[in-house]
Amino acid sequence: MSLLGGGILKGMAVTLRNFVGSYFDRDRLTTNDYAWRAGDSLPQHAGEYPKEEGEQLRDTTTVNNYSRNFPMLLHDEGEPMDSIRCVACQICERECPPQCIYIEKSEDKKERGGNKAQFYPAKFDIDVSVCMSCQICVEVCPFDAIVMNSQFELSTPDRFGGLLLRRDDLLKSNGYYHKIHPEEAAARDQRMAEEKAAKEAKKKAAAEAAKKKAEENAKAEAEAGNEKQEDPQ
Amino acid sequence: MSNATATAPNYELIQRDGLDTGLLEISMGPHHPSTHGVFRMDVKLDGETVVDLQPVFGYLHRNHEKLAENMSYLSSMPFTDRLDYFNSMTNNWAYALAAEQLIEIEIPERAEYLRVIMSELTRLVNHVSLVGFFVNDLGALGTPLLYAFREREKILDLFEQASGARMMCNYFRFGGLRNDVPEGWLDRAREVVDRFPKFLDEYEKLLCENEIILSRTQGVGNLSKELAISAGITGPMLRASGESYDIRKVDRYGIYDRFQFRVPYSEGDVGDCYDRFMVRMLEMRESIGILKQALDGIEDGPVLGNAPKVFKPKPAEAYGRIEAPKGELGFYLIADGTPKPYRFRVRPPSFINLTVLRDMCLGQKVADAVIILGSIDIVLGEVDR
Repeated sequence: MSLLGGGILKGMAVTLRNFVGSYFDRDRLTTNDYAWRAGDSLPQHAGEYPKEEGEQLRDTTTVNNYSRNFPMLLHDEGEPMDSIRCVACQICERECPPQCIYIEKSEDKKERGGNKAQFYPAKFDIDVSVCMSCQICVEVCPFDAIVMNSQFELSTPDRFGGLLLRRDDLLKSNGYYHKIHPEEAAARDQRMAEEKAAKEAKKKAAAEAAKKKAEENAKAEAEAGNEKQEDPQ
Repeated sequence: MSNATATAPNYELIQRDGLDTGLLEISMGPHHPSTHGVFRMDVKLDGETVVDLQPVFGYLHRNHEKLAENMSYLSSMPFTDRLDYFNSMTNNWAYALAAEQLIEIEIPERAEYLRVIMSELTRLVNHVSLVGFFVNDLGALGTPLLYAFREREKILDLFEQASGARMMCNYFRFGGLRNDVPEGWLDRAREVVDRFPKFLDEYEKLLCENEIILSRTQGVGNLSKELAISAGITGPMLRASGESYDIRKVDRYGIYDRFQFRVPYSEGDVGDCYDRFMVRMLEMRESIGILKQALDGIEDGPVLGNAPKVFKPKPAEAYGRIEAPKGELGFYLIADGTPKPYRFRVRPPSFINLTVLRDMCLGQKVADAVIILGSIDIVLGEVDR
């Protein structure tokens, strides 16, 4: 290779191939079109912005199933505050690395979904201008009450109040969670059901053991009583 | 700009025909596009030649170490993402390695494989975009960088599908990984890895024989082997200076002893910008080799060992280090029996590699100082912490 500038020409051939190729092969494009404009020809990429033109972005479900943005509070079926899972234990508040969660515990206890009465958060604020989307709160929560949302259209002219999400903004149903993260939600529900079953089995076993013990005690007492009764004879 | 007096070493002020030919002092940065972040170089110039250079940094200091000393071990994991924000996966690994020395946890097989896969994908991301930025500094604005970013995006999509975030992955945990990869992820990863060599062929054709790149980089910014070793340089920069040293081979942390790969290094004792550029190009090929072996060897299983719910190690100290794409990344922890570390120290590769900047730049042209800085491969998030 002695031609001066040969290397440059070779490189230019590459750019030419990429330029022409980009009309036939989308993998050669350095930019992606909006998904709704590109249609199905877009490669199966993650993070596709609105799939359909004019879609409501505030409730968008078009980001991919795995992405996470800011936390939300889960509630089961029914009225949000009657089935909220959070019991205001404040573990997430303590563990949050940038300290963006603020919780105030309720003064009274409330019964939810047939479980025994628990505290609930009277206040639960997340400052999303501070939150760094790290998911530590989700991991430390023992009640599966806080999970990550993928809603990203949060821009607001109000820098302080608008970015401070209150408890009622954060409350989302389990059905919504299933819609945005189907795999993760299914896995979580399964694990919760297993844990509940294991707990109930344990409770049942404990109850049975207690019953058995009580029976044995009663029997022993009865025998002792019999013996006592027999004694005087 | 001011006329400075001749204070630089080995420099004699040239007086010619009564003209005042004093030194010109230029402050490059902190917002100069060539400095890859908020970094400043106080350069003293004689005409176009650099006669003195003082690096000034600290503009991005975020108190990482002290923050980590005031929160639980797990809580500082997401902060390690933000050190070298190009390579969050390897940052996570180094920290996890250090913490795992404090407490006995067995790491499941699948997690070990996924760690290697994630870390080698990270190396591809880092090197491919570094080369793009490097030729960007040379004046090839846009095109090679955009090709690099196009490929990088495919890998970042994989990261997002696995961890939920493209860059701030926060994926590693003490004793394994946070969650398993979703179904079909390994096939998608295989597809990306299989296509990557084709892109590298094209990329090499585009850059490696280009006469402008050759003449701009060869013999520029030489770093001798002796200086590199005594300054504690690690990573591709040390290998470009002729020392074959790779922590993946030396420590064999994780399961790197199971993979066949070579460590590319420069045989000469020049260590110029071209060497540093080529070492990274060759390393990407080896990473692809490791990825193929790991994707073939991975089996089903759990990804998280039985880590304790509350991470509270006994008093001890630990140093975990890995071969991050930029060099040796180490985390030094002192535990004092509480849930918080007593001391948390990061050994950042880009900060220590930056220390030889002055030695490499002296006597070079001012335009070359830009590409010498580019060839070091720094991320200011890690330099300043």
